[in-house]
Amino acid sequence: MNAALTDTDHHDDHHHGPAPGLLRWVTTTNHKDIGTLYLWFSLIMFFIGGFMALIIRAELFQPGLQVVDPHFFNQMTTMHALIMIFGVVMPAFVGLANWMVPIMIGAPDMALPRMNNWSFWILPFGFSMMLSTLFMDGGGPAGGWTLYPPLSLQGGNGFPFLIFSIHILGISSIMGAINIVATIMNLRAPGMTFMKMPLFVWTWFITAYLLIAVMPVLAGAVTMLLTDKFFGTAFFSAAGGGDPVMFQHIFWFFGHPEVYILILPSFGIVSEIIPTFSRKKLFGYASMVYATSSIALLSFIVWAHHMFTVGMPLSGELFFMFATMLIAVPTGVKVFNWVATMWGGAMTFETPMLFALGFVIMFTIGGFSGVMLALAPVDFQYHDTYFVVAHFHYVLVPGAIFGIVAAVYYWIPKWTGNMYDEKLGKAHFWISTIFVNLLFFPMHFVGLAGMPRRIPDYAVQFADFNAISTIGAFGFGFSQLIFVVVLVKCVKGGKKATDQVWEGAEGLEWTLSSPPPYHSFSDQPVVK
Amino acid sequence: MASSAENHYYVPDGAYWPLLGSVALATTTGGLAGWLNQHALGEPVFYIGLLMLVIMMFGWFGTVIRESESGQYKPWEDKSFRLGMSWFIFSEVMFFAAFFGALFYARVFSVPWILGEGAGANTHTWLWSTFSEIWPTNGPADMGGSDFHMGWWPLPILNTAILLTSGITVTIAHHAVIKNDRKRFIWGLAATVLLGFIFVYFQAVEYQEAYHEGMTLQSGIYGSTFFMLTGFHGFHVTMGAIILLVVLLRAMRGHFTPERHFAFEAAAWYWHFVDVVWLGLFIFVYIL
Repeated sequence: MNAALTDTDHHDDHHHGPAPGLLRWVTTTNHKDIGTLYLWFSLIMFFIGGFMALIIRAELFQPGLQVVDPHFFNQMTTMHALIMIFGVVMPAFVGLANWMVPIMIGAPDMALPRMNNWSFWILPFGFSMMLSTLFMDGGGPAGGWTLYPPLSLQGGNGFPFLIFSIHILGISSIMGAINIVATIMNLRAPGMTFMKMPLFVWTWFITAYLLIAVMPVLAGAVTMLLTDKFFGTAFFSAAGGGDPVMFQHIFWFFGHPEVYILILPSFGIVSEIIPTFSRKKLFGYASMVYATSSIALLSFIVWAHHMFTVGMPLSGELFFMFATMLIAVPTGVKVFNWVATMWGGAMTFETPMLFALGFVIMFTIGGFSGVMLALAPVDFQYHDTYFVVAHFHYVLVPGAIFGIVAAVYYWIPKWTGNMYDEKLGKAHFWISTIFVNLLFFPMHFVGLAGMPRRIPDYAVQFADFNAISTIGAFGFGFSQLIFVVVLVKCVKGGKKATDQVWEGAEGLEWTLSSPPPYHSFSDQPVVK
Repeated sequence: MASSAENHYYVPDGAYWPLLGSVALATTTGGLAGWLNQHALGEPVFYIGLLMLVIMMFGWFGTVIRESESGQYKPWEDKSFRLGMSWFIFSEVMFFAAFFGALFYARVFSVPWILGEGAGANTHTWLWSTFSEIWPTNGPADMGGSDFHMGWWPLPILNTAILLTSGITVTIAHHAVIKNDRKRFIWGLAATVLLGFIFVYFQAVEYQEAYHEGMTLQSGIYGSTFFMLTGFHGFHVTMGAIILLVVLLRAMRGHFTPERHFAFEAAAWYWHFVDVVWLGLFIFVYIL
């Protein structure tokens, strides 16, 4: 009886809103609070990782060694990657999922709210551990984010801290992904069938499966590194019958699905934004779902295209080459559908739409250079050159990051109840777009001409293009401060947003007030 | 609006357990890393972290158990737990897949290549021309001294029988709880826990014998794959047995009903998972 009484008390509490003070953020089980935490965390890490990128570009402004010593340069390339991947793009996506998935499917909250809190709060600890390696004997990891042995095993005292921080981040991602899967499978509103789910929800659903499948494999791979270094195992040592190439296989079995983890939610975001600002339904909804699933499935059988030059048997080269090229088909379906959605639409170009359009165009550039890299014979020329750097930065920066920024502009009026500064938003887009191309496009040329990646110094004939890249990098980096200004202004106030926010917007999230109540759908809506 | 508590999903209030969990995880791994670096503080910090982890689990799971026993969870919440547990087990399967993958890769590719098969002919001729073992092997440098095949007789086959039997006893317990046969439920559980710990004991005996004869974690790729696979499996069996032990203690306190006994089922799923992994190990590590 007593228990029943406490139960009612609990429920009353629930409907009142957040706990007072700062402790709210530490103990919260609310999906919106946790989403907000993820997003701010990711923004902070974006500037830390970006600062490292600027150190790299400053060193590469001119040939010769001017700014940092080579060992520190290598630490910067390694840490920049680890932070941008695990600390920026992934947490930003999980933050967006936390905010949007429950209110897009009419759920009361995330399915496992306490675990949700945990999956966020281990991140700051994991990253403190990772960043602390920079201050240890021997410095931070300097062998590249792919951690290939035997090089990665030659690190200093930071090595075990790096390995454990990766374990911790993996635990966070797996818990986050399990939560999203459980939410989508269990908490959809009545009538919200799978084929009625918004595409952002669909892409995250598939991403979550990728995460659950491959993060443990990464954990296994780095565990083997750890035991090879400290406990005398011989997984990656030919002297003991193992093989360093084996690490590359295990790593990329994780790594390739991982790069789709970094892009699929952005596909979903763009598929939400383009219909809204074209005032048309998304073209080919079902084909979008199937294309996303195919991309996810194919991602498990293409990993070795990252290691064409390692000395694989010819049959392996051919298999991985053809399997990789197959991915261009579902990706092409997506790009086609986005363009077809806009076709004949009544389009307007508010900031989210600009970023989404930038995404479609520049992601496609990155996609095309991906097809070039997929060809095993020509990859022998491109491998480990700046062409690869250009390729994956095109899909990650004007790809994944632009998708995230577009999502923030698109949904921030809903989150805060205020419109952002449209003028500043547009300025942010145009300045970013100009500089990001200045930054990454020349890398194609120096790469094709033979400039290797991950070096602090280079031959003089690459000087001009590198100088241009560096100017682009600083321009792009500092233009992100505009974003911060827009965010702060919008959180503090601004023109009030309507519930629907955007004229053409459809979906459950727009039926709620702006900002939505602390507990959005305690009573689930019925979807027809 | 029909907003009776019945239709509401249970969203718990804020909690400190996750934060303690984060601190504990960072302390444990940070301590272990320091320990590996031979820092004097590493070991004690590691144990402090471990203690915090245990406290966190007691507190967190205790809260969940209290909520469950006070009837906060309806079938709706129950389904979330089920989904969470099944996908957690899937992630564990993928963790083991990495190590099985290493085993297969070493046997199918690396060792034959070192022996000169395929494009690796030069490796053999110039680097390891005297190397001729196939499997098991500790590699051309004869790492870690002697190597030998860990036979499947007698301990591993006995352990297989023990684990399979424990799969049966846990199923007996499951049927019993559904029929509300408390006595049988508790005995079934107790037998499972006991068999689990006996398995771990025999595994320890086998390790001791192996180390005695010079087959260690350092014995090249065979030692690495053998001990890492069986070691992680043994760790999971230990965890599974502890989980079942907690379920047993709860059962003895009168928890679980014929309709609602998810904690038991989760433990049973986990137990079947370690069972299946063992069968994989028995075939690919011991027999083949």
